[in-house]
Amino acid sequence: MAFLQVDHLKVNYGLIQAIKDVSFSVEQGEIVSLIGANGAGKTTIMHALCNLIPKQSGQICFDGQDITSLAAHKLVPMGIAQVPEGRRIFQELTVVENLQLGGYTRRDKKEIAETLDSVYQRFPILKQRAKQVAGTLSGGEQQMLAMSRALMSHPKLLLLDEPSMGLSPLYVSTIFDMIHQVNQEGTTILLVEQNAKKALAISNRAYVLEVGRIVKTGTGKDLLADDSIRQAYLGG
Amino acid sequence: MELITTLINGLSLGGIYAMIALGYTMVYGIAKMLNFAHGDIIMVGGYTILVFLNLTGSPILATCFAIAFCVMLGVLVEKLAYKPLRGSSPLAVLITAIGVSYLLQSLAQILFGSASKMVNVGYLDSLSFGGITVQGYTVFTLACSIVVMICLTLFIKCTRLGKAMLAVSEDRGAAQLMGVNVNRIITITFVIGSALAALAGLCTLMKAPTISSTFGSMPGIKAFTAAVIGGIGSIPGAMLGGILLGVVESICNRVSSIAPYTDAIEFGILIVILLIRPTGFLGKKRREKV
Repeated sequence: MAFLQVDHLKVNYGLIQAIKDVSFSVEQGEIVSLIGANGAGKTTIMHALCNLIPKQSGQICFDGQDITSLAAHKLVPMGIAQVPEGRRIFQELTVVENLQLGGYTRRDKKEIAETLDSVYQRFPILKQRAKQVAGTLSGGEQQMLAMSRALMSHPKLLLLDEPSMGLSPLYVSTIFDMIHQVNQEGTTILLVEQNAKKALAISNRAYVLEVGRIVKTGTGKDLLADDSIRQAYLGG
Repeated sequence: MELITTLINGLSLGGIYAMIALGYTMVYGIAKMLNFAHGDIIMVGGYTILVFLNLTGSPILATCFAIAFCVMLGVLVEKLAYKPLRGSSPLAVLITAIGVSYLLQSLAQILFGSASKMVNVGYLDSLSFGGITVQGYTVFTLACSIVVMICLTLFIKCTRLGKAMLAVSEDRGAAQLMGVNVNRIITITFVIGSALAALAGLCTLMKAPTISSTFGSMPGIKAFTAAVIGGIGSIPGAMLGGILLGVVESICNRVSSIAPYTDAIEFGILIVILLIRPTGFLGKKRREKV
């Protein structure tokens, strides 16, 4: 069985079927992308994975364990961290408090301090602004904080929901570099993106989502070269 | 001199309001509900003090029992009445809270009758310094509320749990993604709120030693007003609002020509502040999340 295995996932919003029988998998060490237009159901899948919204049906297994109905907070100690859409950092808390909350489920103070050091090394700006209220950071800095906060739990699987949304091109590159780097260091990544070009370029594999269904799958490279994908998502 | 005494009395009364308001504001901030049964926890605390005072004869022991009992009751009410409604409409939760309030008041009437009862929690000597005489209970209440406010502020600012509470208050979903068990945080909130309500019950009894089933209603409404004035959801706001309301009440009561209108003035302040600043003094505008 795959590292993350999602089978026959269905999610309803009232009478509307937002996710209609979606199955996909992520192998250990991979970067896998879900790409698709606005409203295709990408974020819904991310929320359903972490049980932030109820599922109609389906099964989700992670690392050999059935996590289908496990409460969101129990997934973090198992090794799943999510960077939610829109970052959702704690605006009223300081940068360092946000990072500490990322490591909330870890108890070993020494290890937490080591992870914090590595975060600061990656993004020295976060160290400079450690005592600053997080709401005062720029959008790009907030995204770095959100990613770093997720890494504080030392995840085996990192779920990234639209990490490049609303960022300047410079920060988009920074974020994608970071995703690549984190993956190189051994973290498996499931990435949801509207920026299909960038996402496919760093992905091992990808799934294309259209109104709640997976319509195409393949390696990042193949999909980048696919004519219909180019037309629909990559601007011709 | 008169003014200083009035001010000290006001601060002390404000301390009681602040302790109660903290319960309202924390539950609102974290569980996103108005717990209108909160005032009745004060009443339950008062009756528990009465019962255990008769059993043990010690006001300190009785207070400890009252705090423990109110904590258990608060947690129980949350588990049985509010938790099943999590995620349903705020109106349903509000009506349930009002129902719990009537339930507790009626139970108190069944158990203790509808007539007021005397509760003699003991007398503290009044203090005099520099020509100012202050009642013992005033000093006790003031000290109590200051200690409570300092401890609570330190707890929220400096502990892992305190920060998790702030996180849940700001964004419940994101806090869950950090591994925070929201149900546990809500339980802790009710524990703190109920313990403070019991303490407020003690302080109120020291001031006026009679209790009936509506013992907690007026302090509850006043403290709720204080929480809204300070900005509901904000912990320093509840402290500020409570103290402000206490001082206003104390000053109004001192001036005989306006004393009969004290309550009207207090609620009038609420209306004026809501007109000028709908979020209260320290409340933040929350952006609506989709």
